[in-house]
Amino acid sequence: MKKITSMLLAVVLGATLLCGCGGAADTSATGTTDDTATESTAADNSSASTGATFKIGGIGPITGGAAVYGNAVKNGAQIAIDEINAAGGINGAQIEYKFEDDEHDAEKAVNAYNTLKDWNMQLLMGTVTSAPCVAVSEKTKEDNIFQLTPSGTSVPCTQYDNAFRVCFSDPLQGTASAKYIGMNNLSSKLAVIYDSSDVYSSGIYETFAKEAANQPFEIVAAEAFTADNKTDFTTQLQKAKDAGADLVFLPIYYQEATLILSQADTMGYKPTFFGCDGLDGILGVENFDNSLAEGVMLLTPFAADAKDDATVNFVTKYKEQFGGDIPNQFAADAYDAIYIMKAAIEKAGCTPDMDASAICDAVKGAMTQISVDGLTGAGMSWTADGEVNKDPKAVVIKDGVYVAMD
Amino acid sequence: MKKIKLNRDYLITYGMVILFYIIMTILKGTGNLTSLFSGLLVPICVYSILAVSLNLTVGILGELSLGHAGFMCVGAFSSAFFSMCMKDVITNSFVRFLIALLISAFVAAFFGIIIGIPVLRLRGDYLAIVTLAFGEIIKNIVNILYVGRDSDGMHISIKDSISLGLKDDGKVIINGAQGITGTPHDSNFTIGIILLLITLFVVLNFMHSRSGRAVMAIRDNRIAAESIGINISKYKLMAFSISAALAGIAGCLYAHNLSTLNALPKNFGYNMSIMILVYVVLGGIGNIRGSIIAATILTVLPELLRGFSDYRMLIYSVVLIALMLFNASPGAIEFKEKYSIKRLLSKKTKTKEVQ
Amino acid sequence: MSFLNYLINGISLGSVYAIIALGYTMVYGIAKMLNFAHGDVIMVGGFVVFTMSTRMGLSPVLSVLVSIVICTLLGMTIERIAYKPLRNATSLAVLITAIGVSYFLQNLALIIFGSDIKLFTSVVKVKPLVIADGQITITGETIVTILACMIIMTVLTLFIKKTKAGQAMLAVSEDKGAAELMGVNVNATISLTFAIGSGLAAIAGVLLCSAYPSLNPYTGSMPGIKAFVAAVFGGIGSIPGALIGGILLGVIESLSKSYISSQMADAIVFSVLIIVLLVKPTGLLGKKISEKV
Repeated sequence: MKKITSMLLAVVLGATLLCGCGGAADTSATGTTDDTATESTAADNSSASTGATFKIGGIGPITGGAAVYGNAVKNGAQIAIDEINAAGGINGAQIEYKFEDDEHDAEKAVNAYNTLKDWNMQLLMGTVTSAPCVAVSEKTKEDNIFQLTPSGTSVPCTQYDNAFRVCFSDPLQGTASAKYIGMNNLSSKLAVIYDSSDVYSSGIYETFAKEAANQPFEIVAAEAFTADNKTDFTTQLQKAKDAGADLVFLPIYYQEATLILSQADTMGYKPTFFGCDGLDGILGVENFDNSLAEGVMLLTPFAADAKDDATVNFVTKYKEQFGGDIPNQFAADAYDAIYIMKAAIEKAGCTPDMDASAICDAVKGAMTQISVDGLTGAGMSWTADGEVNKDPKAVVIKDGVYVAMD
Repeated sequence: MKKIKLNRDYLITYGMVILFYIIMTILKGTGNLTSLFSGLLVPICVYSILAVSLNLTVGILGELSLGHAGFMCVGAFSSAFFSMCMKDVITNSFVRFLIALLISAFVAAFFGIIIGIPVLRLRGDYLAIVTLAFGEIIKNIVNILYVGRDSDGMHISIKDSISLGLKDDGKVIINGAQGITGTPHDSNFTIGIILLLITLFVVLNFMHSRSGRAVMAIRDNRIAAESIGINISKYKLMAFSISAALAGIAGCLYAHNLSTLNALPKNFGYNMSIMILVYVVLGGIGNIRGSIIAATILTVLPELLRGFSDYRMLIYSVVLIALMLFNASPGAIEFKEKYSIKRLLSKKTKTKEVQ
Repeated sequence: MSFLNYLINGISLGSVYAIIALGYTMVYGIAKMLNFAHGDVIMVGGFVVFTMSTRMGLSPVLSVLVSIVICTLLGMTIERIAYKPLRNATSLAVLITAIGVSYFLQNLALIIFGSDIKLFTSVVKVKPLVIADGQITITGETIVTILACMIIMTVLTLFIKKTKAGQAMLAVSEDKGAAELMGVNVNATISLTFAIGSGLAAIAGVLLCSAYPSLNPYTGSMPGIKAFVAAVFGGIGSIPGALIGGILLGVIESLSKSYISSQMADAIVFSVLIIVLLVKPTGLLGKKISEKV
């Protein structure tokens, strides 16, 4: 008797699971009666859809420790999509947009991707962080869905021909930073503080150190921290100070940088700080004493207080819509990503009734032919291996605003 | 009589897994399964194996381990490393995966033994905290491990990839925090289910073997067990290392399902160890079938909650607390016993008998 | 000179760990549960002070007091809803609900405050102590944290030794059943423990955020775990043990970062913990548990 009951229970549970799954499918497969989205049938599905809209999916962390990046991308893209839809859409078709959480985890990212596939996504804007991006690129390759990552910086993110990126790759940033410091004689002895548990940070550090060998400066201290150990930087700063470094290179994100700057200030250590695009956003941190960031240099494609119309428009809208937050470069990358997709779709002459695979084939060809003026660069163009051509801008923070350096 | 009953109990567990496999395969074949769910099938197997293997430590051995993800991590990295090295040499993916699997089990068992020897001397929560510490150490070391290969052979460093000193033809295989990229996609649902069945077979048979009974005797009363001549350290270590080896297998399955492998706090840190523990406790400590069901539900649940977008994880946490309160609190247990299907059914049978 | 600086950094970090560890060790000693949500109560405490003093411009002292009250209430509520129904279940079941509570608090904070970090304005107005011609600086936060640690420790010890409620706590931690037979209200005592533990978490939150001024929904989780390690290190359940464990942990972390490898600091800290526990299985100041047949 007992066994039969437990067997019954197990079956009931199994059934609930299936029902739940079926339910999810019903809600996600809007406009389709047939929710067979397995294997390569995503394509058939989208052709069966009503075809009035382009379906763009986004993936990134909106919960968990990396949530700040995912939220920025989600919101930045939303602004671009609202603008495009208000202006009549792409080739006359509106955009439908759906963003899924991946918690900065490769496995969840694949789940998020599959959810979007069930929704009949036609193009993917994502993923936000590198490691999940690589895992998802494997899947988009398999299904032949066009993928444009706003901020996946590691090299393998764009290893396949259907994947492109808006931001610079890690090696490019590391090399560019080292060259810039060397060329302008900013330092003779420098220290690096980087996050060894982060793909972005350690990726830049590696190429930076490689390029540093050819440059007239010397790395006197290369100090790492890890995701589990990122509140106290006094030891790393002390080592840099003791080694006599007059410049500290920070290939990290602005959250940790705010702490490093304030702890250096408390210690009375005042070197020049130099960072990459990850540092952008530092002036937008709530309650951050901007005078601490005085003199910080960074190589970034986007500056939230640039005075050109496009940036001002974007920043104002972002602030209005998302509770006064100042957009960081992730948001700008995502905003550009949507416009880049628009440009490529228009160039390729795609229509919303085409299936994802056909769109992918057309758009990936168009990507190398377009040139887009965006927030993160003017005249951006792409090579077939997915890399973007644009100029990094060097800025220095003066009186709480970015000032371009020559 | 008891033997038959036990066997029936086993058969139900095996049957449940096989039934699940058959239903899913049919649904997949007829195209009734969403991509989301078909993508979840391998993770379900991974977490079920982890839950079953941890249940061996927690339920059968009676020791609280908070470092189970560490063994998974070791298994994942060792097998992915092997597959990356042998990608071009062994082209048959099945053979390669089989060897990778053996390596992961072996390496994880090895770690289980070297960690188990000191750890198992401790008791209760102190043991828990030391296993947590070992898990974190493993994650930390994997994060700073750089291994590359060139024509001179292997190079290892714990500083950065530059200090590997690779020649031009060299290739970095394990790149510190960036982990292993490009692991071949060798695992699939069928393999996952087979591994889950093997895990079940190992654990269920161990439970009712001579050694398993010795282990349970230690759990129930260590001093009494010792007094009748059971070698405590040997049996504890045996259960612990089997559990570790099975976690290593789960790691291998995990690594070969995704093309990137990073040791993040989320997937191999204490968070994951605790998550596996949640499966075990929710499924019922010592209840193997429960572990599988709980792992399945909790793997699928966050995905089903995607519709709630920002509130997803908040709802998930509430559901978790509610499930736990409903499952384990004495009041709820009483309530369930009063109104359980079991009881209602047995009432019916009783009334029938009377009639 | 630099060695002294590293040492002081370590003590500064360690004193924060110590103050968190005090809350952990109390709750563990009495309720025998690993309260994984403790770190997140710290985060809540930080956010309350942040909202009140930085956003609304109220006086820091008032905000700290309010934060203590809110965290105390929060602690008692959590205990009432999530832990009390499981009083007679296995300790593992409570551990799991604690995880659930931890997720809940994190995600609630995520929804209310967003994921971006907030910089916390230090509520400590003590001037830093500068010795040896500015080569060594001891920050005001360090001084206050250490002082607060000492005061809390003394008060707690006196409370446990001298008051009836404190004696009841001691009795419950020794033997729940026997305490109940002696007329101690076990439930009330455990609630009180949670109230005190959570109030301490609020103080810890303020000091943690003053010393390391970034605040996000996950601020509390890693310091929480580290402090837990510190509590075990010193002998869980022992109040002076928490202090010693916390400071030692901070110093080891800082010194291994400076002299061995900044990447391996955590691995080294955990290795030391393992070694200590192997030599002294109940921590530095832990009581030896005699085994009953």
